[in-house]
Amino acid sequence: MADDEGMRRRDVLKGLGVTGAVAGIVATTVPPEVQEAEAQAAAPHAHAVSRDGQSADGFRFFTPQEAAIVVALVDTLIPKDDVGPGGVEVGVPIFIDRELAGAYGRGARMYLDGPFGQGTPQQGYQLPLPPADLYRIGIADLNAWCVETRGGKTFDELSPADRTTALKAIEAGQAEFAQVPARNFFSVLLQNTMEGYFADPMYGGNRNSAVWKMIGFPGAIGMYREVIEKYRNKRYDVEPKSIQDLS
Amino acid sequence: MAAKLKSTDIVIVGLGWTGGILAKELAETGLSIVVLERGGPRDTNPDFMYPTVHDELRYAQRHELMQNVSRETLTFRNNASETALPMRQLGSFLPGEGVGGAGVHWNGVPWRWLPWDHEPLTQTLARYGPGVIPPDMQMLDWGVSYDELEPYYDKFEYLCGVSGKAGNLRGQKIDGGNVFEGPRQRDYPNPPMLQTHAGALFEKAAKSLGYHPFPGPSANTSQPYVNPDGVAFGACHYCGYCERFGCEVNAKASAHFTVIPLAARKSNVEMRTNARVMKVNLDAAKTRAESVTYIDAAGREFEQPAGLVVLCAYALGNVHLMLLSGIGKPYDPTTGAGVVGRNYAYQIGSGAIVFFDEKTWINSFMGAGALAVNIDDFNTGSFDHVKEGFIGGGGISTSSSGGRPIGFRPVPPGTPAWGTEWKRAVVRHYNHTLAIGNQGSVMAYRQNYLDLDPTYRDRYGRSLLRMTFDFHANEQKQANFLADICVRIGQAMGAERVVRSGPPQHYSIVPYQSTHNTGGAAMGTDPRTSALNRYCQTWDVSNVFVTGACAFPQNAGKAPTGPVGALAYWTADAIKRYLNNPGSLVPT
Repeated sequence: MADDEGMRRRDVLKGLGVTGAVAGIVATTVPPEVQEAEAQAAAPHAHAVSRDGQSADGFRFFTPQEAAIVVALVDTLIPKDDVGPGGVEVGVPIFIDRELAGAYGRGARMYLDGPFGQGTPQQGYQLPLPPADLYRIGIADLNAWCVETRGGKTFDELSPADRTTALKAIEAGQAEFAQVPARNFFSVLLQNTMEGYFADPMYGGNRNSAVWKMIGFPGAIGMYREVIEKYRNKRYDVEPKSIQDLS
Repeated sequence: MAAKLKSTDIVIVGLGWTGGILAKELAETGLSIVVLERGGPRDTNPDFMYPTVHDELRYAQRHELMQNVSRETLTFRNNASETALPMRQLGSFLPGEGVGGAGVHWNGVPWRWLPWDHEPLTQTLARYGPGVIPPDMQMLDWGVSYDELEPYYDKFEYLCGVSGKAGNLRGQKIDGGNVFEGPRQRDYPNPPMLQTHAGALFEKAAKSLGYHPFPGPSANTSQPYVNPDGVAFGACHYCGYCERFGCEVNAKASAHFTVIPLAARKSNVEMRTNARVMKVNLDAAKTRAESVTYIDAAGREFEQPAGLVVLCAYALGNVHLMLLSGIGKPYDPTTGAGVVGRNYAYQIGSGAIVFFDEKTWINSFMGAGALAVNIDDFNTGSFDHVKEGFIGGGGISTSSSGGRPIGFRPVPPGTPAWGTEWKRAVVRHYNHTLAIGNQGSVMAYRQNYLDLDPTYRDRYGRSLLRMTFDFHANEQKQANFLADICVRIGQAMGAERVVRSGPPQHYSIVPYQSTHNTGGAAMGTDPRTSALNRYCQTWDVSNVFVTGACAFPQNAGKAPTGPVGALAYWTADAIKRYLNNPGSLVPT
């Protein structure tokens, strides 16, 4: 049975102490460039654990298994392609990990008192979960849903095409997760993915301002008094600068 | 138990624009003043310095400068048949917290509201008669006219160093300014800001359609400026980090570097930060305020006795404190009786997204919060709105307030929200797209109001404010009519594609719209329909004054900070008269 195969493979890898992301490398359904991206995101984790535990790129919040799922999710949402960098290669999974490990993940600016009701779409988010908990439960739900509906495979074990199909189903509200509403999880994931992709590089995503370069956003520079009229209807082609670049 | 402190003559609750103006003006009386601010101290240096302040994630997405709703929030529902649920994270609007209040992170758009906005009832009745006002619409005049407020608007504009071009100097209309504005005694203190390509396109297109475009008033100074109080402003860098950010060069007017330090310098003024006011304590007859209770950073409770209390705690905070304190009778929508919480309103948005070819460079990242070209041809009172089937109107503009890419990356409808096709569309359109927006007025309705929530409480054990609000047919018609105008302007720009954004069916607390909450403690001339008299003094408790947009009986097609500033000065003058002869300034 496909279910059993999936479970077995994960168990074997866990037993070997191999991270979930590295598991992507042995999955024959995933093309080489994605394997590379996943390995890239996973490698620093292994490094952090084996050396000092403080490497800047180690995952702080996600378990290795969760990290593998998040890498696969981000790679599906923003793949590396002929348009520009992929979300994984610019560090978006690390960005999400950092956010969830900090004040944002704890819901430090959220009202989380009960009672809890479902409400209307106009009333907004009503779950009792801060983002870190939403991810932890949402990832487990996603995997359970994938195993049940996708031939026994967890999300990271799906082929890129199947990952896309799965996320489209979730986005369209066609997925029933066991614990959290699938669309809640998806919308927060998409929002955080975009934040990491476009935010200042000091947060772990948008490495080397690669995304700003792609769209032509100069970043933190913000000194346009002398050029705003000169460059009216003209391309303003400058190397983007991050906050660290300018500090 | 609360530790009782030494009495002060005046206590001011909140230290944003209104609290800052009141503190500075009332300091001149020599009376002892204590100002209580729920948030912490903030200053340009070190809190808003370059380049760290140019951080979209921290300020625009994570709301560092704004109200932390884990401590205090409100509940919301569209109508009374629903159960209100908490606003669990910020969304639709972004109240401030800390010294300077929301005036630290505003865009810096200091409008004068149009004369119509101050007396819509009088003008509607005079032009159309009573039959055109929908039965549920609770339209009210302010009780103070534009002409009476004009010197106070002027004072606020010179305080802020507003850049702009007059369109009506003492009745003389001036081309290139806003010919629909009320008469002003003098021009703005600074010339208009530099223009972007988006602004140039808008101006040309609007003119070609026979409209009257003008540079929007901007409290982002177009040149170095020293205001009448001697406060120096830098010249705007057009950095594109205004709204939701502090300004590193003090080019965006804010109370934190103008009126607040001037007041703080006076020996009779004491400012306490991290001092969160819980309620105003009244005497047994509920006709006189005796003190306020507040909690400090360590959670200790204090009672601050005062001879006079001025609430300056944002529109929503003021109404919340009035309801918690029993100042004025709470509004009951079923009977129509009561006034506190009545006439809550917001604004309605619509517009057009204008997509250009790849040879047209908009460079929207170069900008400033208030850098915009506008038309008021379809704003309140400027045209025959009743002929179009509604009451009200809106300001139409294209704003170059900064193309920060987490929040701004327009793609045409039908584009997926992720994946390669999405990315391709973002790259294609990021630098070649602009938005035209309608900021639509919203009238007050019987069904839209604020009261105390029966279930949810804040961290301090107080009932949350409950907001019951939805858009009505009148506003839907207006926003649809103005969206069509926006589309027409976009088409006249020679765009590749113009996408209409109609108004939402229902008001939602989720997406950001504007921090333009109004009403809930309306000013007026009749204590049966307004919570405050024309001097922003509460009808029932004569030693409590309330300033801010909560006093506006309905919302307009323009941002509210201009009239908020003007009304703060107006109220300060009224309080000075009150102090000479305490009692109600408008006998009932």
